[in-house]
Amino acid sequence: MKILVGYKRVVDFNVRIQVKPDGTGVVTDGVKLSANPFDDIALEEALRLREKGVATEVVIAAIGPADLTAHLRNGLAMGADRAIHVVTADAVQPLTAARTLLKLVEKEQPGLVILGKQAIDDDANQTGQMLAALWDRPQATFASKLDVAGDKATVTREVDAGLETIEIDLPAVVTADLRLNEPRFIKLPDIMKAKKKPIDTIEFATLGVENGDHLKVTHYAAPAKRSKGVMVKDAAELVAALKQKGLL
Amino acid sequence: MSKILVIAEHLDGKLNPATARAVSAAKAAKPESIDVLVLAAQAAGISAEAGKIDGVSRVLTVERAENAHPLAAVLAPQIAKAAAGYSHVFVPSTTFGKDVAPRAAALLGAAQISDVMAVTDATHFKRPIYAGNAIIDVETDPAHIVVATIRNASWPAATNGAASAPVEALTLDAALPGHTRFVGLQSGKSDRPDLQSAAKVVSGGRGVGSKENFDIIFKLADKLGAAVGASRAAVDAGYVPSDMQVGQTGKIIAPELYMAIGISGAIQHLTGIKDAGTIVAINKDAEAPIFEVADFGLVGDLFKIIPELETALG
Ligand SMILES: Cc1cc2nc3c(=O)[nH]c(=O)nc-3n(C[C@H](O)[C@H](O)[C@H](O)COP(=O)(O)OP(=O)(O)OC[C@H]3O[C@@H](n4cnc5c(N)ncnc54)[C@H](O)[C@@H]3O)c2cc1C
Repeated sequence: MKILVGYKRVVDFNVRIQVKPDGTGVVTDGVKLSANPFDDIALEEALRLREKGVATEVVIAAIGPADLTAHLRNGLAMGADRAIHVVTADAVQPLTAARTLLKLVEKEQPGLVILGKQAIDDDANQTGQMLAALWDRPQATFASKLDVAGDKATVTREVDAGLETIEIDLPAVVTADLRLNEPRFIKLPDIMKAKKKPIDTIEFATLGVENGDHLKVTHYAAPAKRSKGVMVKDAAELVAALKQKGLL
Repeated sequence: MSKILVIAEHLDGKLNPATARAVSAAKAAKPESIDVLVLAAQAAGISAEAGKIDGVSRVLTVERAENAHPLAAVLAPQIAKAAAGYSHVFVPSTTFGKDVAPRAAALLGAAQISDVMAVTDATHFKRPIYAGNAIIDVETDPAHIVVATIRNASWPAATNGAASAPVEALTLDAALPGHTRFVGLQSGKSDRPDLQSAAKVVSGGRGVGSKENFDIIFKLADKLGAAVGASRAAVDAGYVPSDMQVGQTGKIIAPELYMAIGISGAIQHLTGIKDAGTIVAINKDAEAPIFEVADFGLVGDLFKIIPELETALG
C-alpha cells in the first residue's frame, strides 16, 4: 500500500508573529520556516506503517513556491521515499489545496492519505475533510491512534467529549492530532541519503485545478492586547482581590 | 437577504449549547430567517430545545437510524442537500463542526471560513490565524454559499425566546455511505461543570508533576465550583485525558475566571484563554510568560499555595 502525506511548510511554531503596520499581512521575511508540526506527525505515522510492513511506499506532497525543495528534502531525510512538489508562487486556500491533492490522489492511487489536522499558519482545519469529500472516501480526523488491518482501519479520534473510535474502509483520509506519535529526529547520514531521493515537480497550472480561493482577506490586525495585571503577595491577597471583583 | 441554516450539535439526546452560540453569530448577520437543522436518530427532544432559542425561525429534522452518531461522512451529504436555498451554513467550531463542516463545504463547492469571531455583515467576517496572533477580515464571494464554523468563545449563547419555533420533518434524497462506522465513545463523564461553558476554570500544567498530584487541582476546582482544564504538556504526560486540553489545538474557552497553575504560558496555550474575563497565574518562575497576560499573578510553589488558597477560601 502506498501512503500519501501532505507536507506543508509554515512559519515555525516558536516564532512570535507580527502583523505588518499597514495591515496587509504578517511579517514573514527572514522568519524561520519549518514543516507544519502536524504534518511531521502525519509523516511519522506513515513511516511507522511502512516499518511495520503495512505500507510499501511513503510519498510526501507539498504545494508552494520554487524554494520548497529544502523543506521537501527534510521530509525525505526523515524517511519518505519520494516527494511531489506542486509549484505555485501563491498560497492556495484549503478548497484549492484539496482539489490539488485530489489530482495527486487520482494519479498515485494511495491506500491511505495522512494529513495534519490543521496547519498552524491559517489554522483552517479543512483540507483533509475536503479531500475526503471530493474523493468520496472516509475521513478520520483528529486521530490519536491508527490501526490498519487489511482494507480497513480503526481510528481513535480526539473529540470534545473524549475519545471516539470509528472503523473506516480504505482508501481513506486520516488527519493527525498531536498525540498520534512523536516524530523522529533527522539524522545526519539520512540528510545525505535524501539528496538522491526523487522530487517530482509539477506546475500547478498544468493540473487544471478548479480555483477554490473564494475568500478575500482584506485586512490583517494584531489581536487586542490584554493589559498586564498586578502581582499579589500571597493566597489571602489573591482571594481578597477575586472577592472584590465579584468572582468568588 | 440572507437565509442561514445552523447545524445543531447534540449528544445523548441533548442540544449542545454551542448551537445557541452559532445562532447568536447568525443573528449578527441580520438575516431574513435562521433555521436549525437537527440530524439525529430521534430528534424530538433536541428539536424542542432548538426551537426555544430566540431568533430561530424553524427547526428542520431528519430522523434516520444512520444519524445516531455524528459521522461526518454520513451527515455531510445531508447538510449539503438541506443547504439548497440558503445563503449561509453555520456550524459550531467544536470537534463536531470542524469535522463535518469542511466536508459539507467541499460537497457544495464552497470555501469555508473557520472560527468566525465577529460578523460585520452577511459577507464580511473576522477570524483568527497564527494561533490568534493575527485577526483577519475575510470577504466572501457572493457567487457561493457561505459555510462557516463559529468560534464558541466569541459568542454568547442566544437566550430562549418567548415562543417556540415550528418543527418540520425534512425528507432528503441523499445517498449515505456505509464506509464509515461508529465503534464507541469513551468519555470521562464527570459531575464537574463542562469545560467549554463553565464560568470558572482551574487548569494545571506540567508543573503539577503527576497524575496523582493533579488531585489537588481537582480539589481546588470543586471548592470553587469550577471546571478543570490542562496544558498540552499535562495531557501529553498522561496526567489527564485529552479532552481537557486548553489551547490552539485543544479547547478555546472564555470563562469569567481562569486559573493557570504550573503552566508557563506558551502562545499555543494562551490562544485558548484570550477571551477569559480574569486570568490568575500561579507559577514558581517569576519570568514565566503567563504573567504577561495574568490579571493577578502569584509567584511561588503551587504545592504550598493551593492549600493556603483553600484555607483563605474558608
Ligand atoms: C503545534 C502545537 C500545538 C500546541 N497546542 C497546544 C495547546 O493546544 N495547548 C497547550 O497548552 N499547549 C499546546 N502546545 C504546547 C505548548 O507549546 C507548550 O509546550 C505547553 O503549553 C507547555 O505546557 P506547560 O505550560 O504545562 O509546561 P511547561 O512549559 O513545562 O511549564 C511548566 C510550568 O510549571 C511551572 N512549575 C513547575 N513546578 C512548579 C511548582 N511546584 N509550582 C509552581 N509552578 C511550577 C514552571 O515554572 C513552568 O512555568 C502546542 C505546541 C505545538 C507545537
